[in-house]
Amino acid sequence: MNKIKIQLSDVHKSFGQKQVLRGVDLDIYENETIVIIGQSGSGKSVLLKHIIGIMKPDRGHIYVDGQDITQLSEEELMKLSRKFGMLFQGAALFDSLTVAENVAFGLRRHTNLSEEEIQQVVKASLERVGLRGVENLLPYELSGGMKKRVGLARAIAYNPEIILYDEPTTGLDPIRADAINELILQLKKDLCVTSVVITHDMNSTYKIADRIAMLYDGRIIEVGTPEEIRNSSNPVVQQFINGRATGPIEEW
Amino acid sequence: MTRQVLGAVFENFFFELGQVFELGWQAFKSIFKKPFEKANFLQQLEEVGVNSLLVVSLTAAFGGLVFGLQTYLAFHRYIGPGSESQGGPIIAVGLCRELVPILVGLMVAGRVGSAMAAEIGTMKITEQIDALFSLGAHPVRYLVVPRVLASLIMVPILTLYGDVIAIFGGFAYNVLLMKVNKTLYVQNTLKYFEIWDVSVGLIKALIFGLVIAVVGCWQGMTAEGGAEGVGRATTKSVVVASIAILILNFFLSKVLPSTLR
Repeated sequence: MNKIKIQLSDVHKSFGQKQVLRGVDLDIYENETIVIIGQSGSGKSVLLKHIIGIMKPDRGHIYVDGQDITQLSEEELMKLSRKFGMLFQGAALFDSLTVAENVAFGLRRHTNLSEEEIQQVVKASLERVGLRGVENLLPYELSGGMKKRVGLARAIAYNPEIILYDEPTTGLDPIRADAINELILQLKKDLCVTSVVITHDMNSTYKIADRIAMLYDGRIIEVGTPEEIRNSSNPVVQQFINGRATGPIEEW
Repeated sequence: MTRQVLGAVFENFFFELGQVFELGWQAFKSIFKKPFEKANFLQQLEEVGVNSLLVVSLTAAFGGLVFGLQTYLAFHRYIGPGSESQGGPIIAVGLCRELVPILVGLMVAGRVGSAMAAEIGTMKITEQIDALFSLGAHPVRYLVVPRVLASLIMVPILTLYGDVIAIFGGFAYNVLLMKVNKTLYVQNTLKYFEIWDVSVGLIKALIFGLVIAVVGCWQGMTAEGGAEGVGRATTKSVVVASIAILILNFFLSKVLPSTLR
């Protein structure tokens, strides 16, 4: 087994009265793709935002390369974000900037590349996600699938060590969704990154996951390889991966 | 029951006031940290300043005209025909100290403060603020600081510009339209009108500029609940900034000395 890249230990988070995370424990290994599954609204996005430091836990610790990020100042967190690339659910492209400027955004802040080098990396990153000649378009001129690709190009441009995917295939047609799956696999191979994906799309999960973790009721209730998860004896896991409306999960 | 409601209202008021001060303080601390977002700052200077020129020109011109009109009428009716030239300094002082700063403040709150809340609010609900963070740009430094600085600089400049237009409006109504004696009107004005009167207006404008930008950004940064939430934030930013401007204006008028002579 590779060494541990990210470690979550007893992470708690509430919003007002609502307890979203109630003690999440999870180890994520270097160079693996781990897929966190769970119902909509189960706190998957919240969990992802804790890993990159956008949110701070009420209790518990998060270690990235052995460093406890819950103890870092905002400045230190900004520097640490260099290690992360994040693909947001709606791509979260900056509306007022062109595609090229969106992709260059992280490069300008995370690296010391010259303008010429930046333009080269922007072009290469867009080509990596299968886009050409879109540099001067504005985000509103792109389709949903293209936006996700640009979002991905922006996240990988500065060579992060960890890529976080927030529902990468949601809202895409099956063909485009599969193209994104292929991209995730390709990026893992080419860039040797650690990937954390959250989704409720089981097709996508089986295709890309080295390991699967299920978040339910604010905790990770099961972790294992796709094969282990498929054969899980936990009725909650079985209900979710088989998509049944009846079973132990009644809240929906 | 009413006590509970009142308690909740007060608690909410102080909670929100705390949020505003915290954001203002964060922005202040961030001003001196690198990198300075120059492109955003220049863009905001244009947005707050240049793009408000037409609105400020119109409000100041008609504000000056109507203030000139009422002052003319007051002297004409209560002091008597021939005394209208005494109105010159009253018009200039009233415009520079009160009417122009308020008009500019309210117009900029409506035009620019609302846009700040809407733009930042949309960025918030579409996760663009989180994206900024993940790409190494501090949201307060990237979004709030340029807007606050631009407002601090541009609202006083717009006010000074509005002063000139409005004073000319008052002059135009009295001297050009109602044929008040030009020499006396100008002489009276110069005799009583001080640079300090303009300065008071500019001090107010500086504070109004701060209020407009911080309130607009605060509403944007705390927006939630989709398109409806952004709409609410936009409306609230205008209402809160406008009321704050009017209340602060009274106390500033009371606190700032009436003359330095």
